[in-house]
Amino acid sequence: MPAGSTGWGAVFGAEGVSMSLRIRTHVLTLLAFVWMACPPSAERSAPPAPEPERVPKVDVAALPVIEAQLGVPPYAAPALHRDHPARVVVKIEVRELVKEISDGVQYTFWTFGGTTPGPMIRVRRGDLVELHLMNHPDNAMPHNIDLHAVTGPGGGATSTFTAPGHQSQFTFQAINEGVFIYHCATAPVGMHIANGMYGLIVVEPEAGWRDVDREYYVVQGDFYTRGDFREPGHQPFDMQRAIDENPAYVLFNGREGSLVGDNALKAKVGETVRMFVGNGGPNLVSSFHVIGEIFDALYPEGGSPAHRDVQTTLIPAGGAMMAEFETQVPGTFILVDHSIFRAFNKGALGMLAVEGPDNRVIYSGKEVDEVYLAERSQRALEAMKGVAPEAKTLEARIARGKAVYQGTCSTCHQPDGRGLPNVFPPLAESDYLLANKERAIRIVISGLTGPVEVNGKAFNSAMPPLGNFTDHEIADVLTYVLNSFGNDGGSVGSDEVAAVRERLRKPDAVGHP
Amino acid sequence: MALVLALAGRVAGEVLQEGEAPPGGMLRVAGGEYVPFYPVRGEGNVSVAPFDLDATPVTNAAFLEFARAHPAWRRSRASPLFVDAAYLSHWVGDLDLGDAARGNQPVTFVSYFAAVAYCRSAGKRLPTEAEWEWAALATPEGGESPSEVTQRILAFYARPRGDLAAVGTTPANRWGIHDLHGLIWEWVEDFNASFASADNRQDRDLELGRFCGGASVGAEDVKDYAAFMRFGFRASLEARYALHHLGFRCARSLQ
Repeated sequence: MPAGSTGWGAVFGAEGVSMSLRIRTHVLTLLAFVWMACPPSAERSAPPAPEPERVPKVDVAALPVIEAQLGVPPYAAPALHRDHPARVVVKIEVRELVKEISDGVQYTFWTFGGTTPGPMIRVRRGDLVELHLMNHPDNAMPHNIDLHAVTGPGGGATSTFTAPGHQSQFTFQAINEGVFIYHCATAPVGMHIANGMYGLIVVEPEAGWRDVDREYYVVQGDFYTRGDFREPGHQPFDMQRAIDENPAYVLFNGREGSLVGDNALKAKVGETVRMFVGNGGPNLVSSFHVIGEIFDALYPEGGSPAHRDVQTTLIPAGGAMMAEFETQVPGTFILVDHSIFRAFNKGALGMLAVEGPDNRVIYSGKEVDEVYLAERSQRALEAMKGVAPEAKTLEARIARGKAVYQGTCSTCHQPDGRGLPNVFPPLAESDYLLANKERAIRIVISGLTGPVEVNGKAFNSAMPPLGNFTDHEIADVLTYVLNSFGNDGGSVGSDEVAAVRERLRKPDAVGHP
Repeated sequence: MALVLALAGRVAGEVLQEGEAPPGGMLRVAGGEYVPFYPVRGEGNVSVAPFDLDATPVTNAAFLEFARAHPAWRRSRASPLFVDAAYLSHWVGDLDLGDAARGNQPVTFVSYFAAVAYCRSAGKRLPTEAEWEWAALATPEGGESPSEVTQRILAFYARPRGDLAAVGTTPANRWGIHDLHGLIWEWVEDFNASFASADNRQDRDLELGRFCGGASVGAEDVKDYAAFMRFGFRASLEARYALHHLGFRCARSLQ
C-alpha cells in the first residue's frame, strides 16, 4: 500500500535539504541548462514545492514551554499534532542498574531513564529542546549525552558531562527532521554504549506525519559479557570481546525475549504500523528485517525521502530508520537482524503478533503445508534404502546422534537443548518430549506446526518435517536427546522409527500429534 | 582558599628504606618512571620521586576527629565555596555518623577542598595524579598479571557500588598499599590537570580527549579502559563536589 503523502519525500522533493547554498546554486544552473535544452512537458511545469528555511526562525521569547511526553520502549512517544514551535523540556535521569539480560543472566546496565533503550524523545522541527540530564547520586560513573539531532560541538556531550549526584542542562534547536540516535559519550565511550546508554530522538517535520494505527520503538544493541550466551549469573563487561567485536548477545531493547511471547508487538489485520528502529551498536551494523512483511515505505537512516517496497534495511551503528507497513494477514511476524546467526544464537529476535481474519488470496496458509508433508514422507521412504549400517553401541549411536543434532536441530533448539524462550520449545527435561516416544518420532518425520505446551509454557511456531533423515539417523538423534541435557536416558531404535513411518504412510494417520 | 592555606604546616618526612613503614599509617613508595596514559608531545615518561602514601583511604572515624578539631569543616559550617550540598550528607549530624556510616568505612561525600584541609592538618598533602597512578600501577607481589588486574578493576568499575566495605579489605599491592582499586574513587591534588582547559564547561574548545576517550588518539594504551574511566571520572569533577563514592588518602614528600 502507498505510504503517507505527507512524509519527508513530499515535503522536500528530490533535491535534498542538506546542500550548501553554493552547491545548490550550481545545481540550479545545471537544471536551467537542462531546462532550456529539453523543454519540460506541461505536467512537469508545475512549480516545485518551496524549500523550507534551512534554519527555522522562531521567536525564542514567545515560545510556549512544554514538558516532553517521552516514549517508553517498545512504545513510541505520541505524535505531536502541534502547528507551532515550542520550548520542549526533556528530563532524563541516568541510572546504573543490575538487570536481567537473559533468563538467569544479570548484567550491569547503564541507562538513560532506567531502560535500554532510553526514553524516546519526540519534537517538532524548529523546536528548542531544553535537555536536563540528572546523574543519580548512587551511580559510580560520570555520564553525558550526545544527541545526533544536535547541531553543535559534541552533540551536547560537553555541555552535559555530569558527575554522579549532579545535573546539567543545555538547549538546542532541532534544525533537521528525522530519526536520530542519542548516546552517552563519556570516556570510555564504547563501554558506556555497550552498557546500554542509547535511545532515539525523533524530529517531526512541521506538518507532522500522517496518523497511523500503531507506533513502536525498537533499538538494537550488541553486548559483551564475560560469559557466553546465556551463561547464568552476573556477567561483567568483557573488554577484549568488545575490541574483537564478538558480542555474546545481539538484542532488541536490551534483553533477550523483550519482544517475544507476551511481550510481542501487537497489531490487527488492516492496520498501519510505523516502526522507529535504531541501532545503538556499539559495533555491529544491523540487517534489519521483518519476516513475512515488506516495508511499504522506509526512510533509510532516518532521513528523507522514502524508499518503497523494501525487504531488509541496513541500520548503521549510531543510526536509525523509520518504516511503515500495512498488515494484510494474521500471524506472527519475526523481527530479526538478518545477519541471521545473531537472531538464533545471540538473541536478535522479536515478534509482531497480528490478529484478524485470514486472507487466503494473499497467503494461503497451512493447506499447502499438509500436501508438502505427504510428499516429504514419500521421498524419505525411498531415501532409506542403502544407508550406512546402524551403529552398534549406545555410545556410538549417541555420538552419531549428536552430530545430527548439532548440524540441524541445535539451530532452533539450541546447543544446550534449552530452546528459545517463547519461540522454540526446550528438549532439555521436556515433559512434552518425554511423555510419548511415538509422538516424538512422528514430529521429527512430519514436523509440528501450531500451539503446544511444554513444561507449562505455551509455544506456537513451526518445525519443518525432517523425514529426509534415515530411520537410523532419526533413531540416533532421538537417542542422543534422551541421553543429554539432563534427560533420563533411554533409546529409540530404527525399527521403531520405521514402524511410525509406515503408519504415517496411511493417509488416515497423517496429521498432527 | 585563605582558609585552606591557613591550615598548612608540613612535617618533614623521615628517611626510610623502601618497604619500611613511616608513622601515621603511611608506607614508603619507591620512585620510578612510567609511560603516561596521556602523553604530552615533547615530554617523556612521567618521573615520580619517592614519597610516603597512606596505606588505606581516610575513614569516617578519622574525618570525624578532624571535624571535631576543625569546626569550620563541620557539615553545617563549611563554606559553600568549598563544599556542595552533598558534603558529609551520609552522616546524621555534624559530629554524628549515625547508623548508615561506619567508622571503618572510607569517608566519602567530601570535597577536594575538605580533603586538602584534612591532609594539611595532618602535615600531609593529597598525592599528585602521577604519584597516585604510579602507586596504583603496582600489582600484588607474585599475584595477578597486569592484564588480570586491569580486568578485575574493570569488573569493579562496571558494577554499581553497594554498601562500602571497610578500608583495608582489598588485597595490598607490592608497596603494601590497600584499596587503590576496588573500593572508592580518590581525589588527587591535580585532579583537573590532565586536560588542557581549566574550565571543563567550555563547549567550543576541541580538547575532545577530555570527554571522548574512546576516540582519543592521545592515550598510550587504548585498551586500558580502566584508566580511561579514572581520567574520565576526574574530568567530570569540580573541587566543591562531594560524591557518594569519592574519598581520598594523603601523601607526604620526603625531605
